[in-house]
Amino acid sequence: MAPLLEIKDLHAEISGGRKIIDGMNLTINPGEVHAIMGPNGAGKSTLSYVLSGKPGYEITGGEVIFRGVNLLELSPDERAAQGLFLCFQYPLEIPGVSNMAFLHTAVNSQRRKRGETELTSPELVRKVRELGQTLGINAEMLKRPVNVGFSGGEKKRNETLQMMLLEPYLCVLDEADSGLDIDALKVVSNGVNALRSPERSMLVITHYQRLLDYIVPDVVHVFAAGRIVHTGGKELALELEATGYAQYQNEAA
Amino acid sequence: MAAPTSAQIRPMKTSAELALAETFAAARAALPGGPDVAAQRAAAFGTFADAGLPHRRVEAWRYTDLRALMREARPLAAPPDAEAKSRAATAGAMLAGLGFRRLVLVNGALVPELSDLAGLEAGLSIRSMADALTTGDTLTAQLGQTVASSDAVLALNTALMGDGVVLHVAAGAVIERPVELVFVTTETTPVSMFTRSIVVVEEGASLTLIESHEGPSGVAYQVNTALDLVVGAGATVERVKITAEGSDAVHLATVLARVDATATFANTFFTTGGLVVRNQLLAHLAGEAIHARMNGVSLLSGKQHADTLLSVDHAAPAGESRESFRAVLDGSAQDIFQGKIAVRQPAQKTDARMLSRALLLTETAEACAKPELEIFADDVQCGHGCTTGTLDQQLKFYLMSRGIPAKESEALLIQAFVGEVLDAIGNEGVRSALTDATQAWLLGRE
Repeated sequence: MAPLLEIKDLHAEISGGRKIIDGMNLTINPGEVHAIMGPNGAGKSTLSYVLSGKPGYEITGGEVIFRGVNLLELSPDERAAQGLFLCFQYPLEIPGVSNMAFLHTAVNSQRRKRGETELTSPELVRKVRELGQTLGINAEMLKRPVNVGFSGGEKKRNETLQMMLLEPYLCVLDEADSGLDIDALKVVSNGVNALRSPERSMLVITHYQRLLDYIVPDVVHVFAAGRIVHTGGKELALELEATGYAQYQNEAA
Repeated sequence: MAAPTSAQIRPMKTSAELALAETFAAARAALPGGPDVAAQRAAAFGTFADAGLPHRRVEAWRYTDLRALMREARPLAAPPDAEAKSRAATAGAMLAGLGFRRLVLVNGALVPELSDLAGLEAGLSIRSMADALTTGDTLTAQLGQTVASSDAVLALNTALMGDGVVLHVAAGAVIERPVELVFVTTETTPVSMFTRSIVVVEEGASLTLIESHEGPSGVAYQVNTALDLVVGAGATVERVKITAEGSDAVHLATVLARVDATATFANTFFTTGGLVVRNQLLAHLAGEAIHARMNGVSLLSGKQHADTLLSVDHAAPAGESRESFRAVLDGSAQDIFQGKIAVRQPAQKTDARMLSRALLLTETAEACAKPELEIFADDVQCGHGCTTGTLDQQLKFYLMSRGIPAKESEALLIQAFVGEVLDAIGNEGVRSALTDATQAWLLGRE
């Protein structure tokens, strides 16, 4: 079975500045859920941005193969159409763009790029409403501008809705639990878990073990100083909760 | 011997100013109107001649130096012939099919056979300005009386006004069907047009008035158009003005609006065309407890230059006004927004807010904003703000990360930026036509 994602000796830095990713290797097979844990400032969010193609980062070495193509050569929208989804730590507010119009444009942009037929408005509205119900997103929230005036929990539920609608092959969840109370965390986790399938993989980035009680990983990595310094099973998350990251930071340095 | 004084020095007249004087001298006998009108024209030309074309030392024209931008004055357009009329048949495409009552002015003259003058609703009367000036009309006596202004460009309009529309809505008449004035230039040689209209909406009446201006690209024609507007007590007027002139046109427009007690007045400018565009709206909010909304959108590219001058004069208590302007600037375009809210001493409890925002899509585009408040009442709420910035790259990345290509992501963000103003337009057909026009403008970007 070919891996879904292969990161090979990846080096990246903030344009004109600091080295953030420093010789990272990671292989994710279809259907696997990987967690990346690490202290604040280790470069975890940068990893999510580098994978999704955010401007402002420079790749200085290595490669990323995603579903057989070199991900680093694609623009962010092409990466999305290829099946990569980044669930933002802090989803942005887009005044003036209605949530429904945004979802419609996103879905059909991807379908167009993949040569699939576009969804009609009624088809999309029905699908969005159905998914919205499972996440507690009502018609009012769909009419409002994207994330404008949403609470932290509503924003994350909205991210989850996008993810469920776009049906990516790889979901990168960047600190999915930040800003969430326990109820919202359960709703979001349920949404994410509903997406688990033999073809779909997850990369769950977090510095806090709690989330992994709800989204149970197959593999846990410790990320420090720009690379993976230790890998284990789901029990590793609990060990880290007890011991902290200090030993790995020393190891990396 | 009188001491030399520096106060009254007038520079040499420019060739455009000299040409305008010749034009006036040659045309004045043939321009419509009796002796009273002729006297009004002569006085107005005197005002213009004293001031000359506005230049950068005239504060209201500081950013639009007409003396430099209008090197030549074009000859007056001839009345439209059959060919001009046939070319005008396709004008006003942007709002075609919406079923509005359409009045078409070709090269500055109202053309009845292209206009829908049949079956006027009870209380609505419409006639040509040239007719009204020639045969006399009580309404034309109000020309220039709605708001006092000594603006040189307006004075020039008064001196040379040829045709336009005189429109009256009787008290209490609710005119459901919008009236659309389509101003089209068909001449392929550079000409000038001076159109003047007056619209009086009496007490408790209502009207939606659309104005569109278009003409051929690549022709340096000149439009000077003015409107006297009276919104009577308790009346409602929504006006939308679309400036989609040809690429080389100079378009100068003035609105003098008087708004009486408890009336509602909404005005939206939508500017995409013309090389030099000036929209001046002088709103005298004369009565108590009026509601006014004065908005605008400019979508400019290349070397386009658009200047909006807004004067919001709260003269009576408890009025509310909202002013919101958006400019999207590509290429080396320039947008100027000068907005002044004045609150006179009696106008207590005024609530006035003004916001202008410009979006620069290139490093060579330029936006100038000059907001002013002048408040003589002590119990008011007034505010103004302006922003100038580029597209938010974080938002663009967020959209792209969902699969939306770069160009479309930008278009969505720009559409949203402009949408805040367009969404306030009450007439749904116009709102969606302007949204489509914005989309078309965005697709046409390099």
